[in-house]
Amino acid sequence: MTSSGQALVEVTGIEKRFGTTRALHDVSLSINAGRCLGLVGRNGAGKSTLVSILSGLAEPDAGTVAFGGEPAPRVGDTARWHEWIATVFQHSMIVPDLSVAENVFLGATPRLVSWRAMRSRTSAIMREWGFDIAAGTLCRDLSVEQLQIVEIARALARGAKCVLLDEPTAALERDAGRRLFDRVRQLTAGGVAVLYISHHLEEVFEICQDVAVLRDGELVLAAPTAELSRDDLVLAMVGQNHQAPSPERSAAPAAGPASPLPGTDVVLSVENLTADSPRGRLSGVSLRVRAGEIVGVTGLLSAGVATIGRVIGGAEDRTGGTVAVRGRRVPSGQRDVAQRAGVGYIPEDRHREGFVPHLGVAENVTMTITRRLADRFGLLSPARRVAAAEPLTRRLSLVSSGPGQPVGELSGGNQQKVTVARTLAHEPALIVAITPTRGVDVASKELLLGALVSAARENQAGVLLCSDELSDLDICDRVLVLVRGEVFTEFTEPPFDRDALIVATEGIAQEAAE
Amino acid sequence: MTSDSPTFADSGPGTASPRAAGGIGSWFSRANVGLLREVALLPVLILLIVVGAVESPAFLTVSNFAGIGQQSAALGVVVVGESLILMIGGMDLSLEGTYGLAPMVAAWLIVPVSAYGDGTDWSPYLGIVVLIAVGAAIGLLNGVLIVKGRLNGFIVTLGMTIVLAGLQNGIVKAQTLFNLPPVFGYLGAASIGQVPVSLIVAVVIFVLVGLFLRYQRTGRAIYAVGGNPAAARAAGIKIDRVKIGVYVAGSVLAAIGGLMEAGRVSAVTGQQGYGEGIIFNVFAAAVIGGVSLKGGRGNMIGAASGVILLGIVQNILDLTNVSNYWIEAIDGAVILFALFLARIVGGESE
Repeated sequence: MTSSGQALVEVTGIEKRFGTTRALHDVSLSINAGRCLGLVGRNGAGKSTLVSILSGLAEPDAGTVAFGGEPAPRVGDTARWHEWIATVFQHSMIVPDLSVAENVFLGATPRLVSWRAMRSRTSAIMREWGFDIAAGTLCRDLSVEQLQIVEIARALARGAKCVLLDEPTAALERDAGRRLFDRVRQLTAGGVAVLYISHHLEEVFEICQDVAVLRDGELVLAAPTAELSRDDLVLAMVGQNHQAPSPERSAAPAAGPASPLPGTDVVLSVENLTADSPRGRLSGVSLRVRAGEIVGVTGLLSAGVATIGRVIGGAEDRTGGTVAVRGRRVPSGQRDVAQRAGVGYIPEDRHREGFVPHLGVAENVTMTITRRLADRFGLLSPARRVAAAEPLTRRLSLVSSGPGQPVGELSGGNQQKVTVARTLAHEPALIVAITPTRGVDVASKELLLGALVSAARENQAGVLLCSDELSDLDICDRVLVLVRGEVFTEFTEPPFDRDALIVATEGIAQEAAE
Repeated sequence: MTSDSPTFADSGPGTASPRAAGGIGSWFSRANVGLLREVALLPVLILLIVVGAVESPAFLTVSNFAGIGQQSAALGVVVVGESLILMIGGMDLSLEGTYGLAPMVAAWLIVPVSAYGDGTDWSPYLGIVVLIAVGAAIGLLNGVLIVKGRLNGFIVTLGMTIVLAGLQNGIVKAQTLFNLPPVFGYLGAASIGQVPVSLIVAVVIFVLVGLFLRYQRTGRAIYAVGGNPAAARAAGIKIDRVKIGVYVAGSVLAAIGGLMEAGRVSAVTGQQGYGEGIIFNVFAAAVIGGVSLKGGRGNMIGAASGVILLGIVQNILDLTNVSNYWIEAIDGAVILFALFLARIVGGESE
């Protein structure tokens, strides 16, 4: 990359294999002080492997890692490693029952703990970087955004000269994401190097000076961001196959409004729904979804977007109101009953609810239809499961070594395909999808959204798409915006204006926006 | 034993896809791990048999093996029950209490007052029905407390163990019930030729439960519920019902194991179960056999090998006249070593 003086972190010729799969091949790149390097690539491109090598958790099969021109400490010597690079992982590494100060010094406490010194050093770091969190607070009382700050503070407390942020905005609300960007700029201005891993190309363009693209384990592009367009990046990420998903994408939204209008039969009818959930409460939401219609629900994370999906899917209790599917009332909080009533459910957190990791692809995909596949003694033939799963996995271009491969071994995008296939398998009358494209790469995203579109257009399923990802909403026929658990406004005419949507999610009336 | 590698017993459709390039490689490596796990106990078993043969001329005889079978059958049936409960991510310490109490209640209702019975003198067939019902009721109570009451399974079943053991001694004032009618003792005492009936029944139970786990809807649901309860629930599986059902099945199996033991020794003592502390052996056999304490993993071939291994160890210690004062320490040490070995070759992480 732009070699302005000595690179802070330099990796050369990295190779890494896992069994027969090649995770990384001849990857060389450098991270420079005071700059933010964006690392992008599709799921399975090797980002996670590179992250674990850079974090000192995995050893490359070949190649070297150097810090400031010196060879890196050996893998496992975390204390010395952290003096150079510290990683803020996607999944929080915070112990909730400890205080902020204890978490900042987690694993780096001296033999005899001086509470006062630990607190005052934590406060000093928070002050120096302008973070506003008291050192004595229990971490379980903090928001996701604040927890991330604690992790960044932890990295800075070890004196790390490079901070690695692994999809830091995945769990943040839009506002919190903006504040994170300010923090990243602050870090680079203070001379810290940042490696920023993200699926969101806009973010990369916004805060990264340089960008590196991984594809199939190889570094295919490394350049200053200013010299690239969005299309350059997408092309680099997707490679030659770019043609395949691209038309589907343009076809999907176009087919939406142009295709024969959704039927008139109401699949889902929700009246005055209330719920009290830690994910955001609902205070009286009513909505209808017709057969073949795709209705989007969006808003801030705390506005109840995920809650409404979970409540209608039967994964969470409601406190009031009614939910009826095809005219029949569905009881509260009983997922199995909701499924039999025809509600398909794509959960927001696939690791928690989406699949059973050590069971195979075919078994996971057919988990919703064992009743249908079983004979009259309840016996299930594995061959029948494989046959039933095959058309779905093929349609979603799911990549696995075979129908018996444990889903836990697949990449994130393919795991999400399993979750979606499992839902499509039982041919639901209504599909509730909550943030179905979170953390998946561009090409998988098109396939997943395309599958929802065809479920609606071809099978006349109603789709309720609960997402704060604006690009997901392109496939919707109309979009409801929730603010503080109530329907704030509705957009009925696609294509939807992004800016108007953003303004509406903040609860600012439309007149003012236009 | 090796014809059926456990990885695939765990992971359902084990057919490698012909269309997947590179699939064969990973298929082999995974099959090998599975094979290794099964074969892992095989050398240990062979070693034990060699040791037994060298140490005692009585070891390699049909009657001795029939004896091992008969002694292990009761434990084996309880291990099946505990394995099922472990597979859904639960645990049940009170199976040893059920193993003692269920036959005690049944025997108490059928033997005459002279043999310390209640005096009701019920038919032994009715006694067996009572035995099953007692097992089912205990399992239901445990299951409801743990699943619906959201109580911790460890502490619930620990408390239950003590309650059950107390009842077992309390109802007969710590007497031993003997004079069991032949019908009641048949399962534990009878033999067909040289083969004990209890062994035949235990083998049938292992095979049926193994097939159930591999091919039946509810059996597969047990793996899903144990592997990731939230995902199983989101896929429409009635996880509460599966869990409670498994607690009931586990306790019924423990009651049947208790019936076998009562028949074998032709009496029901206050010591049976809790007093003998069989639950450690039950857990050890399951874990040595590869049933995960974290749920979701395990199969009946493994569980059976664990039972056989413990049975042979016990038999060798009996035959070699190890001093009674030391037999428990050696037994425990061998089990710990076997657990360690199973962990090494089984490669269960964490």
